[in-house]
Formats: sequence, structure tokens, C-alpha cells
Amino acid sequence: MAFINMKKKEVQVKIVYYGPGRGGKTSNLEYIYKKFRERIQSEMITVKTHGDRTLFFDFLPFDIGKISGYDVKIQLYTVPGQVKYNATRRLVLRGVDGIVFVADSMVVRKDKNVLSIKNLEENLSDYKKSISKIPLVLQYNKIDLAEQGIPVLSFEEMEKDLNSVLKAPSFSASAITGVNVVQTMKKIIAMTIASIKQELK
Amino acid sequence: MSYTLSEEQLSEIEEILQHDLIDLGVHCVFLIDMAGNIIANHDNGESNHDIYSLAALAAGNFGAVTAMAKIIGEGEFSLLFHKGEKENIHFSKVLSDYLLIIIFGNDISLGFLRLKVADAVEKTKRILGSPDAE
Repeated sequence: MAFINMKKKEVQVKIVYYGPGRGGKTSNLEYIYKKFRERIQSEMITVKTHGDRTLFFDFLPFDIGKISGYDVKIQLYTVPGQVKYNATRRLVLRGVDGIVFVADSMVVRKDKNVLSIKNLEENLSDYKKSISKIPLVLQYNKIDLAEQGIPVLSFEEMEKDLNSVLKAPSFSASAITGVNVVQTMKKIIAMTIASIKQELK
Repeated sequence: MSYTLSEEQLSEIEEILQHDLIDLGVHCVFLIDMAGNIIANHDNGESNHDIYSLAALAAGNFGAVTAMAKIIGEGEFSLLFHKGEKENIHFSKVLSDYLLIIIFGNDISLGFLRLKVADAVEKTKRILGSPDAE
């Protein structure tokens, strides 16, 4: 639910990185934070457990400059991926404008991806939002693991599992090395802004 | 779904925040929505907090506390307040979608602040609930 401040000529947009536990959502934000450190004025906020897992969310505010005369403030959030934290996941989704679904390409995580995207669909429906209508980008993370001999699913297999119906834009990526992290973010920002502009017409 | 408030509504809200709260001596005040967006904010010129991060955390915190209230059979908790050594934070719900957050020092008593906040919340409700809100 983007808020458009007519007085300050400012738009605040909420983008949530969703996906199964240990899939690389926080790593995406950490890479963005490192890469654009000089443009991000505040610290990245993380609410973690003692075991370094996301407990509530990570938060990274990111100014992207002016679009049509309005200052656009992008607020990047992650959700906790672990199944048991569904209540907090749902809270973070409140007012979401765009979603990046970070899937784990490891073969052993195949089922977890499918469960997580179903969970996203259910949680969105609680807010009367449809997964097929909200701006959505899929990211198939951890492709770097193939080089270490760890079995990963191909792009086509990931597409078949997660994107055969949605047909959302998708990227193979490595959040650790940065492959396609910025491209994923740029794509979701562009789609979300376009969707907000469309609504305002 | 995006939403906006008219310039007039925002000016009126800012006026309330300034006159009813900043002039009272609070350090910083901001009105946010439950998604964590900042609708309006004011400070005393000395406060230098990262309000965007505070807004995100406050919306999450309020959501978590409301969920806890429901689990124990309460609709919501009426007083949400964190006390620090020098700074304190007070949260008030405004209608169903907004939250008024006030950061204040120990020179203002909580009781007096609550009285003033209740008044400011009522005035803000009237503005947010007016038909101009899209």
C-alpha cells in the first residue's frame, strides 16, 4: 500500500523478499546494502534470533531519486523463512506493493520452494491480494553451488515448479556473489512503480 | 493499492503534531500507517533519529503486540509504552490503519502525555476519517 505524499512530493513503496528459510533473502539485502552503501543513509535493520536466523524481518530503506517529480523511497523488507514464523511473515506482508520470491535452487529444497510460494499465496489472500496480480519477480538463488558439486535444479526445472502458471519475470542468481541481485531488485522496482502509476491513472 | 491524503489534510495533521505535542516538549512525533509508511512527522529540531527504520519496526512491533493480545483474548492493549533511561516511546492507534508514535524525555509525565495524546488522536481521526482520504 504505497503512500503518496502530495505535500512532500514523495512516494513510499514497500517491497518484500519472500521465500523458504535459508534461501538467501537476507543475503540479497546484505549485498544491496554493501553495493549501494554510499547511497543508503541509514543502517540495515535486522531482527535476528541468537542463531543468526531472521526472527521478524530485515529492513533496508533505499532512495532511488525522482520519478515524475516525486522522490521515491523504496523500503526493502525480508520475512522470516522458517515455517514456524508464519504469523510474523503475515505481519510483514501488510501493505506490500511488490514481492521478490527468493527460491533455493538446491535439489534438496525443491519441495520447500513449492510450499513457500503456496504459503505466500495464502498470506496474500488474507489481505485480499492475489499472487497473480501483485508485482512479482522470482529469483532462483544459489546457482554458485553447482560449481562446488552440490546438485542444483536447472532454470527450466525451477520455472516448471514455481512459474508455470504465474509467468512472472525470473532470474537465476547468487546472492552471495551478487549475480543478478541488482537486476532482480531493479526489475521489481520497475514493475511496482509501473503498477502504482497505472493505479493512479 | 496506493493511497494518498490531500495537502490540506497533511497540513492539518502536521499542525496538530506541532501544536499539541512538539510544543508540549516531546522530542519527536510521527504518524505512520500499519505498512510502516510515514504519513507525517515533526521533531524539536534536536532529535536526529532514523524515523524510516523506527516506523518499520514500530509497525511490526504493534502488529506483534496486537497478535499477542488476540491470543490471550484481548482485542488490543490500550497502553503501549517503552520506558528508557532518557527517552521513552509511546504508541497510540488512530482508526484501524494508523499509529501515532511519540518519543519524549523524562521531563513529561506519562499521565499528562496520555491526556494530550488522546486529544491529538481524536483530532487526527477526524481528519483521516474525512471524505478527502482516498
